[in-house]
Amino acid sequence: MRYLPHTSEDISEMLQTVGVQSLDDLFSSVPQECRRKNELNLPPALTEWELNNHIDRLAGSMAVSPEYKIFLGAGSYDHHIPESVSYLLSRSEFMTSYTPYQPEISQGTLQAIFEYQTLTARLLGMDVANASQYDGASSLAEALLMAVRITRHNKVAVSQLVHPNYRQVIKTYFAPSGYEIIDLPYSQNGTTDLSNLDNLEDLAAVAVQSPNFFGCIEDLQAVGKKARNQKALFIVCFSEPLAYGMYKNPGSFDADITCGEGQSLGIPRTFGGPALGMFAAKQKYVRNMPGRLVGQTVDADGNRGFVLTLATREQHIRREKATSNICTNHSLCALASSIYMASLGGSGFKELARLNYDKCEYLKDQLRKAGYSLPFSQSTFNEFVVQFPEGFDTTYQDLLQKKIMAGLPLECYYPELPHHYLLCVTETISKEDMDRLVGAIK
Amino acid sequence: MTDFPGTTGLIFNEPLLWEKGKKGRTGFSLPRRDVASYPLDESITGDGPDFPDLSEVDVIRHYIRLSQWNFSVDSGMYPLGSCTMKYNPKTNERQASHPGFAGAHPLLPPHLSQGILQLMFELEKFLVEITGMDAASLQPAAGAHGELAGMLLFHAYHKSKGTPRSKIIVPDTAHGTNPASAALCGYKPVPIKSNEQGVLAPKDVAQVMDEETAGIMVTNPNTLGLFEENVKAIADIVHAKDGLVYCDGANMNAVMGIVHMGDIGIDVLHLNLHKTFSSPHGGGGPGSGPVCVRNQLEPFLPVPRVIQKDGHYLLSIDFPQSIGKLHAFCGNVGVLIRAYSYVASMGAENLKKASQLAVLNANYIKEKLRGTFHLAYDRPCMHECVFSDKYQQIHKVTTLDMVKRLMDYGFHPPTIYFPLVVPGAIMIEPTETESKENIDLFIDSMNAIANEAKENPDLLREAPKSAKRRRLDETAAARKPCLRG
Repeated sequence: MRYLPHTSEDISEMLQTVGVQSLDDLFSSVPQECRRKNELNLPPALTEWELNNHIDRLAGSMAVSPEYKIFLGAGSYDHHIPESVSYLLSRSEFMTSYTPYQPEISQGTLQAIFEYQTLTARLLGMDVANASQYDGASSLAEALLMAVRITRHNKVAVSQLVHPNYRQVIKTYFAPSGYEIIDLPYSQNGTTDLSNLDNLEDLAAVAVQSPNFFGCIEDLQAVGKKARNQKALFIVCFSEPLAYGMYKNPGSFDADITCGEGQSLGIPRTFGGPALGMFAAKQKYVRNMPGRLVGQTVDADGNRGFVLTLATREQHIRREKATSNICTNHSLCALASSIYMASLGGSGFKELARLNYDKCEYLKDQLRKAGYSLPFSQSTFNEFVVQFPEGFDTTYQDLLQKKIMAGLPLECYYPELPHHYLLCVTETISKEDMDRLVGAIK
Repeated sequence: MTDFPGTTGLIFNEPLLWEKGKKGRTGFSLPRRDVASYPLDESITGDGPDFPDLSEVDVIRHYIRLSQWNFSVDSGMYPLGSCTMKYNPKTNERQASHPGFAGAHPLLPPHLSQGILQLMFELEKFLVEITGMDAASLQPAAGAHGELAGMLLFHAYHKSKGTPRSKIIVPDTAHGTNPASAALCGYKPVPIKSNEQGVLAPKDVAQVMDEETAGIMVTNPNTLGLFEENVKAIADIVHAKDGLVYCDGANMNAVMGIVHMGDIGIDVLHLNLHKTFSSPHGGGGPGSGPVCVRNQLEPFLPVPRVIQKDGHYLLSIDFPQSIGKLHAFCGNVGVLIRAYSYVASMGAENLKKASQLAVLNANYIKEKLRGTFHLAYDRPCMHECVFSDKYQQIHKVTTLDMVKRLMDYGFHPPTIYFPLVVPGAIMIEPTETESKENIDLFIDSMNAIANEAKENPDLLREAPKSAKRRRLDETAAARKPCLRG
């Protein structure tokens, strides 16, 4: 086996040094009652070339672009990824290094993560960002737990227009503690209905997503004001951060915590993971934040360098009193997003955001002209809801046959919205693709 | 004199991203605009982010220079105890970045995503076979996430019986994440000490196990690199009070094909695919932490679960007792593909061989260094061995000084000051992918450092000298945090 370098001579010599007869004898401390009775039963080992064929066959069955036209976002977005991102990410020194606990020989990762924290904080308009969480869902769950710790209240209000899967994850995280989650309904224009908020007491947080699951931009000014009236933390979540290339970011509305999914920033979709949990907060809450933080310092010669810092919040120091149990995070995904943000630059980021918006507006326009109803009037970014006539399910299946996926049927998440579909258009979809979609629906 | 791998070469300086660049540059090929511009609601639009503008060359050179400041498995040996820094096979990268997988949307209908569902279904079966458990969920995104899943399963189990519990037993040889994961589920950790042999004694468990206690979290082999030989008796004690046994499987690399975790009374076990199953650490992640369970806990596993029906694979949420979702989609699928690729390449025989060689390498180091460094527990070890700085203290040299000096010799330091039960611990896990020559060089370096400790201790106190940076002021970093530029 090519990953196992020991020759039989090596093994004999080493066994002799250890003072045992055979490899089996090395396990003398494992009692007989703990031993396996049978050898492992696994398929025969494949050669590199057999494995390639096998994986080609499995991967070949997947519906992906460019063969398929996928008008589907819903928390996972198709954006062009510059070759430089994939190329740099495959550098062994980034890919095969450990968590940078030994800063002298990990300055590459440490500076890159310090830069990631900075770009993230600037993008979201926040004071400080951490070195990453697993995904948008776990970021939001951790944000809500952080709000519970800070306010010592045990109720949170979460908009129904936060990604339904994120809301499921919050429920799982909250189940044993008994903290209460109050659903905030949505109003006719496709944003969160805040009218119930005034009647609630002892709230730890008010959380909305913007752009929300329907693609609509929330009125963050109003949400922030209501949250502050309740003395609750104001949490803004997101699944498409490219939107902040164009729309005002959560920091400009004085959000306390901003968190969400960074997959759209240069990370392939890979069936939903690994993605990138982005997490940022106001400076005054930094010691309550979950996750790792990289900070600037100097070395013994006075040169600028970077280290993991404020570790007394973390599980390996604080144990059961830690701000989170997270250890391994999504460092390499954070690096991917940093390289992506650096490649686009401020100007490119803005232009790309605008292109996504305009393409999406074009499709909305064409669908309206074709007579379909777009039920929510609020501004959107690159996703929107359309109501198709009854019986569209058949058309949807016909389109799949033609290798077009016409969005996500919303009924399984929102039973009150039959025949409503969530459509997404990014820069990877051409005008021709959109015309073909509209033509095929008719 | 031995030619150690550590040396110095031309390493470049590189400023921070925003200290370079110029407005008007770009590193991105902006897609063609084929639609008109539409009006915007100016009241909600902003200025866009304040990022530097860089050319593609600027970006490439920046990150290549940064990469050269990192140590990595591909450049040298990483004897980092409990972290299993084995070689990361390159074929795994090819399989995970296959466009059919990398480009797949997580909400594709099942008939358009059979390939990945089949892979996940088969990987669950592999992991179940390797551990000796009955069922698995691939959803947890990291080891600590797997621990959380395990604790949620404990909680759901006792709740379903109408007897929720409030405490959990955590030994002093457990990983640091264990108490934090338990606390997230509202459990109060009850610490117990390992005995003089470095393992848990059944009587100590019996003393604290009661009907308020959900169970125990053990790490087996434990963080001293020792097999918990009483694990079966301990499991019996816990089960007698209807408690459950959680095993932190971070050290599974020692016992593949050797120990059957189901038979020894483990009810829940998490694996770290980025340790035992060879996926790269990526400078701190992403990892993946599947949980494996016995039959009685299967109904509680996270959803969606991959099921097989009439020869097709589906994602099902039809498990009414499930703890729910832990991840927005199905977990870290890219890492799952790498682990699948590893198991498929290794097969049963080589997985067992990997464990045997990992244990051989650790025992060989233990024997070779036992005279030079104090051995905390003089017993046959599994995949890692734990020394301390006891013999070097007379030279006023610490564990930290010695391992910093190891960098100059071209090796990554071992895990240090952990486990906490050994003061000044030096925890060495070579893994099976290091050859005898590499291990001998590592041993020579450790011996040379022990000599330097006697003869020229300042060399150690001032180490490292050949890294990009010398020792960094961590106190100043924490006292006045500068977390962004």
